[in-house]
Amino acid sequence: MSIREPRWFGWALLALCCVPGLVAAYGVGSDLLLGTRHFGSNPIKAGEHFLGDWTLRFLVATLAVTPLRQLTGLHWLARHRRKLGLAAFAYLMLHWLVYALLDVQLDWGELLRDLAKRPYIMIGMTGLVLMIPLAVTSTQNMMRKLGRRWTTLHRLVYVIAFLGTMHFWMSVKKDVTEPAIYAAIFAVLGLYRLVQWRRRWLRARPAMAAGCGCGAPQACGRVVEP
Amino acid sequence: MSIKRPSDLPSSAITPESLYFDRRGFLAAAGALAISAALPGCASADDDPKATGTPFGLQKDDRPTPWADVTNYNNFYEFGLEKTDPAANSGAYKPTPWAVTVDGMVEKPARYQLEDFLKPSKLEDRIYRHRCVEAWSMVVPWRGIPLADVLKRAAPTGQAKYVMFTTVFAPDTMPGLRAPVLTWPYTEGLRLDEAMHPLVMLATGVYGRDLPNQNGAPLRLVVPWKYGFKGIKAINRITLTDKMPDTAWNLAAPDEYGFYANVNPEVDHPRWSQHKERRIGEFAKRPTLPFNGYAESVASLYAGMDLRKNF
Repeated sequence: MSIREPRWFGWALLALCCVPGLVAAYGVGSDLLLGTRHFGSNPIKAGEHFLGDWTLRFLVATLAVTPLRQLTGLHWLARHRRKLGLAAFAYLMLHWLVYALLDVQLDWGELLRDLAKRPYIMIGMTGLVLMIPLAVTSTQNMMRKLGRRWTTLHRLVYVIAFLGTMHFWMSVKKDVTEPAIYAAIFAVLGLYRLVQWRRRWLRARPAMAAGCGCGAPQACGRVVEP
Repeated sequence: MSIKRPSDLPSSAITPESLYFDRRGFLAAAGALAISAALPGCASADDDPKATGTPFGLQKDDRPTPWADVTNYNNFYEFGLEKTDPAANSGAYKPTPWAVTVDGMVEKPARYQLEDFLKPSKLEDRIYRHRCVEAWSMVVPWRGIPLADVLKRAAPTGQAKYVMFTTVFAPDTMPGLRAPVLTWPYTEGLRLDEAMHPLVMLATGVYGRDLPNQNGAPLRLVVPWKYGFKGIKAINRITLTDKMPDTAWNLAAPDEYGFYANVNPEVDHPRWSQHKERRIGEFAKRPTLPFNGYAESVASLYAGMDLRKNF
């Protein structure tokens, strides 16, 4: 399949990434300042959850790019993966800001107690901290500078997806349907990669036997001619 | 008590009374008056009804929480898990006619029609603080009768130590029952001396109106010094027993929800602090008060008990 990238695609995607944020800003802002109920009777909690949901959704979108690209042949999708990853990071920061500023209202004692005593907060914060280096190294420049280490570093996204799902799972009061759905989606996306890696590894074996010798568990691309 | 709501109308279409009782709404209502008087349920505007009643334990800046919040921010898992689900999904539920069974260790067990159950008592309007275990709170003008009236009439035997309450099990009109989220039917319980305390109400109304379905129509428990989940809704059975009854949330998560569930800022929920609460409609958090502000009248019930262990 070879549908070429529409020229507006990047901008449209960027605009779409902003929509949930604008919805939250308008809804929660209006509820707090004007007494409307767009986000219900407890807009701070609802907004906090809304932003957390979108963090996970953008993580799903980020991790879905590669399979989608490979299955559809729309390889230009890869160029937009960074946007989705950064959107996930932005929503994660907003989620945390609403928690710290509006929910706990910068009660530092409470924030520290939460962090020390509540496993789901620890797990969520670990995910947040791990995501910072990924956001920082998301530029072209950093990609070039880090080379292969960039790929290794950015594998952290799987850990982050796992932590995010755990955080959600442990924070719900009783019904774990929604976190279970995220867990299932991430599991499928992870499994897809495992299958791909295994396939590439099997294909690369003869080349390695022929003496590339770099020891990579997958094709390093430097196939030695016999 | 009058339950004259046509039960086949969606709850969203009901409550036009405020329109013609509220002076501000008078002009707007005037045109529709003839129609709405004959056909309750065609006006859609819904001004806040007036909160009337005797305040109990209110702090100086406690104001009744608006009707829209009281009736749209509910935990009533029989109708779904989101706070707005009970209002959205309880349209088919029928709180009338209603029967209540009082049984177990009582001299006079009986099954009453709700009207007969309520008749001997005087309906009272009382404004109480309400604190949810999820760290939010409201101030609610309830209408109801003291639970003690009902218990005295049933005459508990000497062995009775606890009161168990059961919610109706109506899977046809309660879509939430399809999911095994809690052990259905929902049950709750009180120690007999707690249940006899004059603050404990069986509520039939809120804001001077019959309880909306989402608030636990037609009969619910109100125990203002305990977390909201103790306030079991849509009660159709009250059983006196000598054993501490199983309660829905305690069965679901015994480490998080105890039998007593007294509001206590010093005892955290395992996943969040109970030091503070968000009053619905307010931005800044309020400190949570021991026994939700009712310590003076109820703390003696728990003299000598370790409230950390008996959370």
